[in-house]
Amino acid sequence: MIPGLFAYHRPTSVKDAVGLLGSLGDDARAIAGGHSLIPMMKLRLASPAHLIDLSGVADLKGIREDGRDIVVGAMTTQHELVGSELLTNKIPILRETSLQIADPQVRYVGTIGGNIANGDPGNDMPAVMMCLNATYHAVSKSGERRIAAREFYQGAYLTALKPGELVTAIRIPVPAGGHGYAYEKLKRKIGDYATAAAAVVLTLSGGKVASCSVGLTNVAETPLWAEEAEKILTGSALDTATVKKALAAAEAITSPASDGRGPAAYRTKMAGVMLTRAIARAKARAGA
Amino acid sequence: MAKSQVSMIVNGKKVEELVEPRTLLIHFLREQLNLTGPHIGCETSHCGACTVDLDGKSVKSCTMFAVQANGADIRTIEGMAAADGTLHALQEAFREMHGLQCGFCTPGMITRAYRLLQENKNPTEEEIRFGIAGNLCRCTGYQNIVKSIQYAAAKMNGVPFQEAAE
Repeated sequence: MIPGLFAYHRPTSVKDAVGLLGSLGDDARAIAGGHSLIPMMKLRLASPAHLIDLSGVADLKGIREDGRDIVVGAMTTQHELVGSELLTNKIPILRETSLQIADPQVRYVGTIGGNIANGDPGNDMPAVMMCLNATYHAVSKSGERRIAAREFYQGAYLTALKPGELVTAIRIPVPAGGHGYAYEKLKRKIGDYATAAAAVVLTLSGGKVASCSVGLTNVAETPLWAEEAEKILTGSALDTATVKKALAAAEAITSPASDGRGPAAYRTKMAGVMLTRAIARAKARAGA
Repeated sequence: MAKSQVSMIVNGKKVEELVEPRTLLIHFLREQLNLTGPHIGCETSHCGACTVDLDGKSVKSCTMFAVQANGADIRTIEGMAAADGTLHALQEAFREMHGLQCGFCTPGMITRAYRLLQENKNPTEEEIRFGIAGNLCRCTGYQNIVKSIQYAAAKMNGVPFQEAAE
């Protein structure tokens, strides 16, 4: 399996990278860790004439605090997310999710930017970013704009990113101290994409849910933000009847494909099961 | 398409070569440098037979272009033993503990286990299994591979190896 011919570019600044993306147009693809793009190129499902390798752009690396947010450079790898003390302390759901992505070799090179910007509904981080209400920094020749994760995903491999734009960073508001969290993923084997997965972040106050956020992975053409389920859960003591109602609301927005991971009805049901488990674990982890 | 000049350290030696940008690192290692230790198994980033150590990371060399490795420091299975032929602790361990049968996955398994033990000097069985999740073996059932890595860890830590009761 040998990819088609292409010219290789390795810019060292964001300005040069978006300059190349802008001037080379549709013939160019940016490459981060390459673990989505290179397999596609080997199968000739993608044959870009120009490949713009982002690994030399130092500004795309690193994890920093900025006021109440943490800003993660797009070229930060899953392995670096797992090893980040700052993230482990402040937004531990990212570590929990990263460890469920692929396998060690892939996590060493796979980046958060590639994971969220590729638009693959099987990727895990997009639903987590919707759950966390993250914002993506998109840079083009004409400047930077910010796009909410909850408005980014439009279809399978279809995002709000315009031609010539590059996601340079992910801005995540730090959830309240003492929040509970969980990313529950059902997969056939280690390294697999989710049959269904659910992300939950919540805070409790006096035994009741003060705030709550839910995202679902791989049960529709896009990751899903389960807004209705959140509304049902917020204010409740997470009693069985309320959780059941929330599950029904979450399952109602799914529209998975029937594929090797199971028939659509099964995957919808599993989204509910993953959500049940995620709620229970987030609750157990939350400070009262 | 014009070839690109690449320069990297492979098993401690500097190499400078011309490559087509589309040349995968595994093809570069096997066909241009004649390092046939890293194997081509699945070619789809699943099996880990092509694993090499690159700048302190285990990578699947079938899912990286040689041009991306420009400037890198790479170690393959050929670079594991000492210059006088003394086996690396992991190689000795795989021999002593029967960590291979057909041997196809072994170069990838050993280079991956090498990085795992650099990061975690005394892994639990569970940590070993999680740590080699990107390497498939179709012969051993993994039991003796896990045991081999435990043996190597003990040897590298200078403590006697004690087999866990089964």
